[in-house]
Amino acid sequence: MEEHVHHVEHPDMYDPESSKIGMWLFIFTELLLFGGLFLVYAVYRYMNADAFHLAAEQLNTTIGAFNTVILLISSMTVAMATTALQKGHKKIAIGLVAVTFLIGVGFLINKWIEWGVKFDHGIWPGSEHMLETMSQGEILFFGLYFVMTGLHGVHIIVGMIIMGYAIRGLLNGKVNAERPSLLDNCGLYWHLVDLIWIFLFPLFYLIT
Amino acid sequence: MPTTNAVNGSNYLTYQGKYKGLLGWILSTDHKRIGLLYLYSICVMFCVGVLLGLAMKFELLAPGKTIMDAQTYNATFTVHGVIMIFMVVIPGLPAVFGNLMMPIMIGAEDVAFPKLNLLSWWLYVLGVILVLCALIFGEGTPDTGWTFYAPYSFKTGTNLLPAIFGAFVLGFSSILTGLNFLVTIHRERCPGMKWTKLPLFVWTLYGTAWIQLLATPVVGITLVLVALERLFNIGVFDPALGGDPILYQHLFWIYSHPAVYIMILPAMGAISEIIPTFSQKHIFGYKAIIASTLSIAFVGYLVWGHHMFTAGMSGTAQYYFSLLTFIVSIPSAIKVFNWISTMYKGSINIQTPFYWAVSFIFVFMVGGLSGLVLGALAADIYVHDTAFVVAHFHYIVFGGTGFAFFAAIHYWFPKIFGRMYDTAWANIGWLVFTIGFLALYSPMFYLGMMGMPRRYYDYLPEFHGGNILSTFGSWIMVTGFIIILVNLIRSAKKGEPAEVNPWKSKTLEWTVPSPPPVLNFETEPFLTEEDGPYNYE
Repeated sequence: MEEHVHHVEHPDMYDPESSKIGMWLFIFTELLLFGGLFLVYAVYRYMNADAFHLAAEQLNTTIGAFNTVILLISSMTVAMATTALQKGHKKIAIGLVAVTFLIGVGFLINKWIEWGVKFDHGIWPGSEHMLETMSQGEILFFGLYFVMTGLHGVHIIVGMIIMGYAIRGLLNGKVNAERPSLLDNCGLYWHLVDLIWIFLFPLFYLIT
Repeated sequence: MPTTNAVNGSNYLTYQGKYKGLLGWILSTDHKRIGLLYLYSICVMFCVGVLLGLAMKFELLAPGKTIMDAQTYNATFTVHGVIMIFMVVIPGLPAVFGNLMMPIMIGAEDVAFPKLNLLSWWLYVLGVILVLCALIFGEGTPDTGWTFYAPYSFKTGTNLLPAIFGAFVLGFSSILTGLNFLVTIHRERCPGMKWTKLPLFVWTLYGTAWIQLLATPVVGITLVLVALERLFNIGVFDPALGGDPILYQHLFWIYSHPAVYIMILPAMGAISEIIPTFSQKHIFGYKAIIASTLSIAFVGYLVWGHHMFTAGMSGTAQYYFSLLTFIVSIPSAIKVFNWISTMYKGSINIQTPFYWAVSFIFVFMVGGLSGLVLGALAADIYVHDTAFVVAHFHYIVFGGTGFAFFAAIHYWFPKIFGRMYDTAWANIGWLVFTIGFLALYSPMFYLGMMGMPRRYYDYLPEFHGGNILSTFGSWIMVTGFIIILVNLIRSAKKGEPAEVNPWKSKTLEWTVPSPPPVLNFETEPFLTEEDGPYNYE
């Protein structure tokens, strides 16, 4: 009922095609944002190949792999939510978005533990331990590790906030089979977050 | 086609939506109101920037300390640069005239995402406030120059963090505007508005929007890295920790060179509207202008290295960057030929916007050709970091974008406010401003050639003459600016009601009442095969 009051200036302009194009353009922006960081990584890896090799061995591949797997699963669940809504199964859609959200929480907890262990070993940007015992290449590796996984973590949180809005929309009926844009875009964004991790994981954990 | 003036009826300036008074403006999602919000905020920031520029020129009136010491001078040129680049010329034409006119020019009710459009303006305001915080609080005004070069940007004791975050937020605002315009131009065109019938101003906004979208995030992440370097010593640009400050320059210019084209492309677009209107003739080489717009947008990404010829780069890289710099000048030259050919055998109607447009062509040519001096490797070694560089980019950024902005405001003013300005005073303002501009910046070419470095509050006695002329020029130019400003502000309130189409133009914004109604068109417009933005008899 409130709908009528909001749009004095604009009669309903819902256009799923526009909002999809808008989201894709935003994803281009995000890719270039991380692109700058990947460029920095590539330059310093080239300049400090041995040090990057040494530093990468200190990361826990098991936790990294576990996070990769659950993030891939979450991409699947959010895609399933979109399909469920198209078929009109609203409750299943809500459940699947909620599962995706919880996996996001799980990912962040793992990341928290991983960073915590590094902090316990005295490894954080600018720490005395790093400055005294590590080579410049290793300092750069960990600097980039914290910046890139940290920025990725921020994107996970943003993705989860969008999911919160999607769940609210699904619950009050503003997001439905005829107007699925918010959920679709939420899914697109989450795939982007997933995709970036797919690149971060081998670059930091696997290439040694 | 309506022929009445809407100045006393219901229009976008007078209607009342959900909110009253000021709230009805700062919470409005109407693209024209948002355009005006940008116009007013940008004008305020421009005045602040001009005052800082005046202070710098006053300091250079005589050798030695005139009114400020070295540290204050460093802070002044930093803040002048940050304000003028990030808050005035980058959002200038796209955010003001793109918002005010672009949706009407393509026959749309509004942009694709009106709420996002309002958010962009709020982000702009937030960015401005953040930068102002850097000036007011903390242990001193930033003194790094607007480029925030590493490693000084994380070594300086001044309050740089808010300025960096402010620039980041302003970039985000710019990205969202670009995104909005791209979707609008793709999706909201009226029936019959094919890509080949799009007004050229819209085409240049389209090219600009791609640059905003794809280049701005790179400087965004670079500024974040500098901020993190300051906060946590991550080391990526700190040579003491293995980082490379030159890499900062690369990342910075990967954005900031394309940003030059964010500034100049919409300016070229506005000129491409004005010249055919006042020549009453179809634009010469419509498709060539589109092609040159898109090629500038593309090649503009590949020339950033010419900002760093003397910073340490391999010879091979220098050759390529120099070659590409020469190549990117070709599409700009094509446009100049197009404008001049459009005037040839046209029925020229000499009005204020036309004066601004032709003087734009002149100063832009001087700026562009002096750019080739800097793009040539050998000559650059000689004049880099001198007053010559300052003269060059002020001829382009201020002479180009600034003159085009004044041309555009005098062109669209009757449509925006529904009233006409006093043309005699507008012409006097143009004349005084242009004389002042030439007197202000031309001596700097000479001073730079003679070896006067930029960014010093002091200079050797032999440079005194040129600097006196330059400072006098700054006073004349500001006099002209005040005449223009007073005339426009007075006319917006008290001017004669304007006609719907005072310049007899063919683009769609001149078919709606002046000022336009809230949703622009009473019935959805459509273009037939014979219609076109430049189809004059």
